[in-house]
Amino acid sequence: MLAFIIRRLLQAIVVMLTVALIAFTLFRFVGDPINMMVGIETTAEERAKLRQDLGLNDPVPIQFARFVGNAARLNFGNSYQFKTPVIDLIADRFPATMELALASALFSLLIGIPMGVYTALHRRSWLSNIFLAASLVGISLPTFLIGILLIFLFPVTLGVLPSFGRGEVVRLGFWTTGLLTVSGLKALILPAITLGLFQMTLIMRLVRGEMLEVLRTDYIKFARARGLTDRAVNFGHALKNTLVPVMTIAGLQLGSIIAFALITESVFQWPGMGLLFLKAVQNVDIPIMSAYLLLVAFIFVTINLIVDILYAVVDPRIRIDARATA
Amino acid sequence: MTAAAENPPAVLMRRPSRLRAIIDSDLVYSFLRSRVTIAAAVVTLAIVLAALLAPWIAPNDPYDLRQLSLLDSHNPPAWLQGGDWRFLLGTDDQGRDVFSTILYGSRQSITIGLMATLFAGLLGISLGLIAGYAGGSVDAFIMRAADIQSTFPAILIAMLIDGTSRALFGEQRNEQVVFWVMVLSIGLSFWVQYARTVRGSTLVEKNKDYVLAARLIGIRPSKILFRHVLPNVVGPVLVIATINLALAIITEATLSFLGLGLPPTQPSLGTLIQIGQKYLFAGEWWIAIFPGITLAALVLAVNLLGDWLRDALNPKLR
Repeated sequence: MLAFIIRRLLQAIVVMLTVALIAFTLFRFVGDPINMMVGIETTAEERAKLRQDLGLNDPVPIQFARFVGNAARLNFGNSYQFKTPVIDLIADRFPATMELALASALFSLLIGIPMGVYTALHRRSWLSNIFLAASLVGISLPTFLIGILLIFLFPVTLGVLPSFGRGEVVRLGFWTTGLLTVSGLKALILPAITLGLFQMTLIMRLVRGEMLEVLRTDYIKFARARGLTDRAVNFGHALKNTLVPVMTIAGLQLGSIIAFALITESVFQWPGMGLLFLKAVQNVDIPIMSAYLLLVAFIFVTINLIVDILYAVVDPRIRIDARATA
Repeated sequence: MTAAAENPPAVLMRRPSRLRAIIDSDLVYSFLRSRVTIAAAVVTLAIVLAALLAPWIAPNDPYDLRQLSLLDSHNPPAWLQGGDWRFLLGTDDQGRDVFSTILYGSRQSITIGLMATLFAGLLGISLGLIAGYAGGSVDAFIMRAADIQSTFPAILIAMLIDGTSRALFGEQRNEQVVFWVMVLSIGLSFWVQYARTVRGSTLVEKNKDYVLAARLIGIRPSKILFRHVLPNVVGPVLVIATINLALAIITEATLSFLGLGLPPTQPSLGTLIQIGQKYLFAGEWWIAIFPGITLAALVLAVNLLGDWLRDALNPKLR
């Protein structure tokens, strides 16, 4: 087990280093960092001095090592636009994105799983057909279009729910939360649905597929033969066994929720990391771009790692396979 | 349904029999049996044709500034009060006819989607063939790169490439450059799936007798790959390409919506929706909603075609 974890950990580190290399290349070779940092009135000597101070004259491998070292200590340099440390900007925006991501993940699970179970148990009912057709539409609609349709429907036509921003926020230490005020909660509803709809359809289809598979197995037939109630069979036996793959996918999707949050953030002007990244791309603010890239990669790699390890804990076959191929 | 029936051996491929084979094939049969698929094909065809014929059927040319008049801006659709029958679906903030702009916009969206899918396909298929056929360290390198890339959502990669191009081209980022940057960035973010699929099939095919025979008579590896192996692994690739086309169109629309894609002077569907979003609150819903419906219909139809193709071509895939 330990060997498995170490192998996985090493793989994760290789991935992170590769991403760091891309981020570093971006920072160092796309445009001249000095030109981006200083104004036109800076003299050539001052530029040369800054270049020396920042270590841009050192051999490239040393620069890369320094870049990785700094990134590991969360030092990503200053933003070109705001002239303030990138990590402060990101820390400021992080809670907004996390709250949005978690709210939409919760939404997709709480609605998606029951819908999946229903469509699996009542395969021929008209409601199931509606759910399935709706899920196909849900998969085909781009996130930003869902957001715009929701804005058109609720704030514009019906005049309910805010269409942009986070509402009032409460500061708890370093974390600002919108979950404690009415306006904050109201502001969260539409963005969370927009972001969660795609995941919801995904989870619904997944639960449905897995349930149909499990319901065909012998131990379900046996459970029925034993005279257990439908409720016990469907939920105690069938649903429980579908939840492992569902949890895996849900875990892996959390990463893409955080990444896709930037589209939702743009539609609703939600003050999160994604909006920061988007502005950075538009203004070629490379320190923010590379920091965001590293951060998202870190979140993805960590989630993948946790899912893999949990899987190995749950399913001993994976551990043995890994040992055999190692 | 076996692969041999769709791709009859070369000896049988005489002209009249080929047409007959297509009509009799399971593919056509399953197509004609599914009403949803026929509807999807009709919708796709209608949008593609309308986009292709835009210069001839559009009532106005949205790129021709001389035809635009700010006096015509913010007109509602023709059937509403204040509407003008010259502008069937209303006009946008610059006085462009929304209907004409949708036609031209679909043209941009479809072209970029097709080119990006083609590019991703060529790249992914080539890398997959090479990885599967060469094996060893080449294989390991390509597939690890694929692993790393697949941990990131495509949209993020596309945005990153777009941002890099901004730094590289600076002010010279004209429409031509943006077009190719879009194709490149969307294409580069979708190659992994092709590479994995093709590599898997190549691993199986390369040990079959026909490949061994080809090698034995001294045919070049590149010719073996493209002339002998490729035709046998192309089925699943078609399915991926169809589904990726829908994804590529969505990605292009999203990038344009985020203001990273085509400029407002040459709008794609995404750009139009972005323009329209600003006027949603002024009650001018038609600028965003009509392009939105077109986009959704196009993507849904292509997705349905992809689903059908997947089921029809290869039951093993499911």
